[in-house]
Amino acid sequence: MNTRSKSNASRSVADQPAMRAFAAYGVPCLAAAGAVALWAGIKVVFGVSDYLLPSPLAVLHAFTEQPSLYLSATAETALCAALGFAIAAAGGIALASALSIFRVIERGIYPLTLLFQMVPLIAIAPLLVIWFGYGRPSIIACATIVSIFPVIANTLAGLRGRDAGLEELFTILGAGRLTTWWKLALPSSVPSILTGLRIAAGLATIGTIAGEFIGSDQKPLGVLITSNLRSSQTAAVFASVLLAACVGFALFGSVSLLGRVVLSRWLRGR
Amino acid sequence: MIPTAATSTPLSQSSIRLEGVSCAFGTVEAVRNVTLGFEEGSFTALVGPSGCGKTTILRLIGGLEELQTGSLDRAPTATLGFAFQEPRLLPWRNIRDNVALPLELAGVATSERRARALEALERVQLADAALRFPYQLSGGMKMRAAIARALISRPRVLLLDEPFGALDEVTRHELDLALRKLWEAERCTTILVTHSIPEAAFLAERIVVLSPRPARVVAEITTPTLTRDATTWTHEDLGACVRRASDALLRAIAESRA
Repeated sequence: MNTRSKSNASRSVADQPAMRAFAAYGVPCLAAAGAVALWAGIKVVFGVSDYLLPSPLAVLHAFTEQPSLYLSATAETALCAALGFAIAAAGGIALASALSIFRVIERGIYPLTLLFQMVPLIAIAPLLVIWFGYGRPSIIACATIVSIFPVIANTLAGLRGRDAGLEELFTILGAGRLTTWWKLALPSSVPSILTGLRIAAGLATIGTIAGEFIGSDQKPLGVLITSNLRSSQTAAVFASVLLAACVGFALFGSVSLLGRVVLSRWLRGR
Repeated sequence: MIPTAATSTPLSQSSIRLEGVSCAFGTVEAVRNVTLGFEEGSFTALVGPSGCGKTTILRLIGGLEELQTGSLDRAPTATLGFAFQEPRLLPWRNIRDNVALPLELAGVATSERRARALEALERVQLADAALRFPYQLSGGMKMRAAIARALISRPRVLLLDEPFGALDEVTRHELDLALRKLWEAERCTTILVTHSIPEAAFLAERIVVLSPRPARVVAEITTPTLTRDATTWTHEDLGACVRRASDALLRAIAESRA
């Protein structure tokens, strides 16, 4: 068998549906199982105390003791993170679009958007509580502020970075500025927008938890983390943190799935 | 018929006229004092060494470069078709919708533009690929789609900036044949920029030979295809035409180096 037929044979094996499914889902599951095994192994081998590092089983036990408490806290955190993310996505894309269309205001407004990135959340969160009071509005505002900048920056980069050759095509076809923006710049920037949304998805969860530390009037994951920390319930803190990570994964996964559906038709050609 | 001597198209009969056109990019002079006429329905090829300013002349005619000196007369109502060196297809659109883009931008209804896109694709033998995406097509097929897009609005002026330059010889010859058939059917004023003198002689009625940068017209050669009658010219005629264009080009290069 020559080299070419060898590579064809190996490609055909890799292309089999079972292999593809294993690569897509099996490998990440195996990696997660490996991480849990490593965690348990470190605890046993080095004899780390339960206070510093509870075992995976202890964390699971903390969760199963009060599943409804954790599930309702997760739902509340997920709701605030999703709403904050949605506002950041819609607002960020709209603002970046306006900045790309009206270049004059871009010079004035864009540096101000950097404030979202520069101002420490921990400093601004108390102000949000003063403005919006304790409860969801403050937490959602936190999530939005933390996650909006990557959406603005990536959308703007995508809108600016359109193909000069295609722009010339639109010029010669007599397309106006807004038509060119709508039919060329916006579709061209979809991959950049999705990159911004993926980054924002993780940040929205971080912003939500930070907001819950300071401004919650219910019992979301952020509150469970702080209250269990005060009572030295490390296993319960771990359970809450893992559930917060699950919220982030779910948001990130949703955006990635959306991206895959939107881009599947033409990204394969790049 | 033996190729006739070089002739200048009378400007009064031209649908496009360039008079004393010059163009520079900063300190680099690209085009110097070019006067050319393009008769309604004619097929002209611009040949010259790489970087001599051929594409600049085409872009000036297409309105993609600003005229600095001289004048350009082109009926403002004359619809324009342009095919670039690359296909320039929108990757997120299928081939039918890519081809229909000029009609879409002109506000033509969806059903009509789709029907006309399919017609245009049939003319370039690409109807089977109408619903495929650019990444699913070969280089030659993409260029066919680009030609179909350039022709869909039935342009009176077709500007071709070396559209087949990056293709292999076989595909290039196949597309040359398809282009000539299309031109004979449409009879729009066509201007082709190419490096290949044989391709220019095969396709065009007239070859305009340009000097090394800055581009000046050094020869205009009428090709045997002017007769439209394959029985009246031979490969020897075509060869003589290619030789004369090559001689003019080599002379211009030698003069520029002297």
